[in-house]
Amino acid sequence: MVSKQEKISQPAIDVNDLTVAYREKPVLWDVDFQAPQDQLLAIVGPNGAGKSTLIKSILGLIKPAAGRIRVFGKIYRAQSRMIGYVPQRGSVDWDFPTSVLDVVLMGRYGHLGWIKRPGRGDVDLAMECLDKVGMTDFMKRQISQLSGGQQQRVFIARAFIQDAPIYLMDEPFAGVDAATEKSIIGLLRELKSKGKTVICVHHDLQTLKEYFDWVMLLNVRAVALGKTGDVLTAENLKRTYGGRAAFLSGAADEAEEAQQT
Amino acid sequence: MNVEYLVQLFSDHTMQVVFLGALVLGVTAGSLGAFAVLRQQSLLGDAIAHATLPGVGLAFLIIQNKSPLVLLIGAGLAGWIGTLLIKVITEHTRIQRDTALGITLSVFFGFGLVLITLVQKMPTATKAGLDKFLFGNAATLLVEDVRLMIILSTVIFSILFLLWKEFKILVFDQEYARSIGLNVHFVDIVLTTLIVVSIVIGLQTVGVVLMSAMLVAPAAAARQWTDKLSVMVLISALFGAIAGTAGAITSSTISHLPTGPTIVVYLSIFVMLSLIFAPNRGLLWDWIRGYIQREKIRTTSMLKNLLLFSEIHTDPFHPHDIAALDAIGRGTIQKTMKDLSKKGWAKQFTDKRWALTPTGLEEAKRLTREFEENIYVEPSI
Repeated sequence: MVSKQEKISQPAIDVNDLTVAYREKPVLWDVDFQAPQDQLLAIVGPNGAGKSTLIKSILGLIKPAAGRIRVFGKIYRAQSRMIGYVPQRGSVDWDFPTSVLDVVLMGRYGHLGWIKRPGRGDVDLAMECLDKVGMTDFMKRQISQLSGGQQQRVFIARAFIQDAPIYLMDEPFAGVDAATEKSIIGLLRELKSKGKTVICVHHDLQTLKEYFDWVMLLNVRAVALGKTGDVLTAENLKRTYGGRAAFLSGAADEAEEAQQT
Repeated sequence: MNVEYLVQLFSDHTMQVVFLGALVLGVTAGSLGAFAVLRQQSLLGDAIAHATLPGVGLAFLIIQNKSPLVLLIGAGLAGWIGTLLIKVITEHTRIQRDTALGITLSVFFGFGLVLITLVQKMPTATKAGLDKFLFGNAATLLVEDVRLMIILSTVIFSILFLLWKEFKILVFDQEYARSIGLNVHFVDIVLTTLIVVSIVIGLQTVGVVLMSAMLVAPAAAARQWTDKLSVMVLISALFGAIAGTAGAITSSTISHLPTGPTIVVYLSIFVMLSLIFAPNRGLLWDWIRGYIQREKIRTTSMLKNLLLFSEIHTDPFHPHDIAALDAIGRGTIQKTMKDLSKKGWAKQFTDKRWALTPTGLEEAKRLTREFEENIYVEPSI
């Protein structure tokens, strides 16, 4: 579908002059954003910086006031199934009466189309994805009985089953323990090694360099975008986080050190 | 109520019609109610039900005919307009959703009451019987009413069956559903329409004032018993059917007893029993679980304290005075020590002093170790 030649030059996601406003208040202002293919990219910024809004705009869940969004050079339609979405954990009611397997199967609904129910083949695929995220034993579990980390892994399995070339994840590490965080980053790296593009909203500046190849610093406007080592400077962090940058100096120092070596 | 009476009751043609009508409406409202409750739209059902009333009045005024189809189409349209209004107010003004619901409900209902009263006063319509739309009157159900109810409910269940997975994902995770290309707006409109129609089906029998109970109560009760959507819908339909038929029959056999309130009385029994006795989610279950947990903590923490006490002495089985133990036992010491001795973890000497037993010492050490390793394992009680 995309030739080798294009793959190098063409960004997976190309956002131009994107402006999104809720009533009068701009949430994203004139944002340009090119996500390179086959990379792990983090979107980083303070609360209210518009990180989730950027992801939702790309998915077409939010109507922008202005701007142009292209996915592999084309206007994105959800039907084209190019993007696997992992929403924030808190966005759903986990007391909903359904099982882990059922939630993962929802990732197949787009492929199935109207009316048709998931069949044996879909269940096999779902089991495979549950195995990848280490949740096979929880297959029949009611979703309210899951811990935060397990909920997150179920959502990731649901995105896996879509087998999309791009994954957009909204804070996949929020509220999960250290062991789950390590296993999730392992999964993301596996996706990358299979030539997938993974874009995550991320909060922890300490782990940024270790986990992600590319980073976008965002605070309503796009502050910087590039390889993690190049972008993560004290100056850029200050521009992103403003006066609150003092507590971030650790990450910045580390970044500077990394640049010098 | 003896068997002969029941046989007589059900061989009566009117009662058969009433029974069938209440059954259809109970099953339909119960099933759709499950989705309304899970979408956290219980109050929307109430607003829609009240909003249908002016539709009934206007339909009669315009057509001058009280055929059930005409009145129900009027009711359905008004209910739909009410729903749309709530949506528009919520999305395009700064008014909060609950306020939008409250405004729509009361304005439509008030307008409806005025219309109904005016219609009742018209010389041409003195016997229109539109007042039954307020609190419902199952006894006035006619065969043609029930036929219409069955047709509508067949359509509802066909669509529910076909779009099952679409409804499920819409209710669970709307944004994700959009992200995989589902036409969420369309599915939302269809589901809301089905809820409107299921309300309309019950209007004449239950009445606008209490119709939302037919949607919400069976579903809330059903949720207590299962963690599976399909089972919840089935149980909810069953509860709706039983309460609906029981209420309709009871109200039809007692004169001047409106059907809606009678059904609600039956429904409340289901809700109450479900809230208290359902396994896992029931209050009783919660209470028992909490009690067992507290008991466990009370005895095991005392056991660990006994270990701490014994470590002061060279002999781990050194007996202690009850008064000394009471300082940490906080009043329940006698009971706690008896519980421990029942398990063979502590024993009382003839001088009334208490000491650990060898097995108690092992258990105390194990618990303390686990506590320190921060791995909580259920104590072996």
